Amino acid sequence: MFKNLILVIITISLVSINAYAGSDGELTFNKEQPEKIKDCFEKLNRVTFSFNQKIDKSIIKPVAKSYRNLPDPIQKSAGNAVTNLSNLITIPNNILQGDMRTAIINTARLAVNSTLGLFGTIDVANKLGFPKYEKEDYGQTLGTWGFGPGCYFVLPVLGPSTIRDTAGSFVNVVGGDPWYNASAHGNNEFLSEGLYMGSKVVSGIDFRANNIESFDNLENNSLDFYASIRSLYLQDRENKIKNNQQGNLEILYKDEDGWEELDNQ
Amino acid sequence: MNIKKIFILLLLLNLNCVYAQSVEPDVFVQSTVNRASDVLAKNISKEDKINELKLIAKDTVDIRGIGYYTLGSFRKNLSENQKNEYLNLFEDYFLKSFSSRLSEYTNPKIEVQDKKVLSKNYTIVNSLLVGTSERPEVKIDWRIYTKNPENPLIRDLIIEGLSLVRTQKEEFASILNSNNGDINSLFKVLEEFIIK
Repeated sequence: MFKNLILVIITISLVSINAYAGSDGELTFNKEQPEKIKDCFEKLNRVTFSFNQKIDKSIIKPVAKSYRNLPDPIQKSAGNAVTNLSNLITIPNNILQGDMRTAIINTARLAVNSTLGLFGTIDVANKLGFPKYEKEDYGQTLGTWGFGPGCYFVLPVLGPSTIRDTAGSFVNVVGGDPWYNASAHGNNEFLSEGLYMGSKVVSGIDFRANNIESFDNLENNSLDFYASIRSLYLQDRENKIKNNQQGNLEILYKDEDGWEELDNQ
Repeated sequence: MNIKKIFILLLLLNLNCVYAQSVEPDVFVQSTVNRASDVLAKNISKEDKINELKLIAKDTVDIRGIGYYTLGSFRKNLSENQKNEYLNLFEDYFLKSFSSRLSEYTNPKIEVQDKKVLSKNYTIVNSLLVGTSERPEVKIDWRIYTKNPENPLIRDLIIEGLSLVRTQKEEFASILNSNNGDINSLFKVLEEFIIK
């Protein structure tokens, strides 16, 4: 309980710092204007990024390549299972964002895939014509509530984040993720913290395996790989918060003046 | 004026009308994609593919506009010589980066699906890179500059909601900011990339 209390305090503090850091002293509680990101810890971030790249090249990427050598049905089942588990975080966030309809659909998806889909290994809901699944998390919910991203920073091993998104991740371990609660604190002989960590590792490896060529291509064609990843991460988070998978043009071209000035020359 | 001359005049006028016709942005994108796909499907070396893709990019992308936009507010501080040097380096950088990214794909199938006119100057064309057993489908939106309707130009690719031009702009800004805005630092990085 004491541990949880400390985590809650850290989470609230982080969100408060975020509100301050992303605003130049002005309140960031603004749903319309995307915040200009601040890389407050850039030097440290670049060191962490470099460390992460070494870990990626020596461990994560080789493991992801081996994972890709597994038979397709095994990869697909593993990917489906971890995606199904993510519903446990998505559903409460659908509710917190006031999207009850999607919460109900995702609850039905979870029920169908966990039973008929053999613990989520088969995406039966997709075959039944359910709408496309979109993950939600507590960082997105904070964004939807109007909190700006705050400072960008790079977490060791886990990669790009912001103060807001990291605060959101803390919520998972203070009761926001039923899968974590059941694994780490449930009195169940079949579940354990190790199983929870295992599912997170599979999720990460599955993501990396699906993006080997994209990352290689990006790295080879970037002048500053760190800055490219930062830009892409932040654009992606902005889109997810706006639930706009096509990219929100107002966000993409928030400095449209740059084009207009050129057009008028 | 005899009939033959009138006939030739009419023919020339007709040709001129055809030439001056505006090109619909979605047709333009589909035709560009088809040209690139043909190159990628050819049984030629990767280097030859890259060279042919560069020619297509020169025809269809507003490289100069993207170059200036990418530089952001830094362009205001440049002399004419620096601007020219930047544009030359940027074109080489852009063509190399663009073509080598594309050349990784073999026989990609892109379907143009929809378009949305944003203003007189811009139309967004929505397309889909059809998925295969090795990669999922990818949504690609094209931002087409239509100020001259007879000669539309690509100004951005938005892949799954992520703008390549915005990414590039933030990348350049990062390089300049970490070198106190010194444009020569950017020139050096661009040169290194071009000869790499």
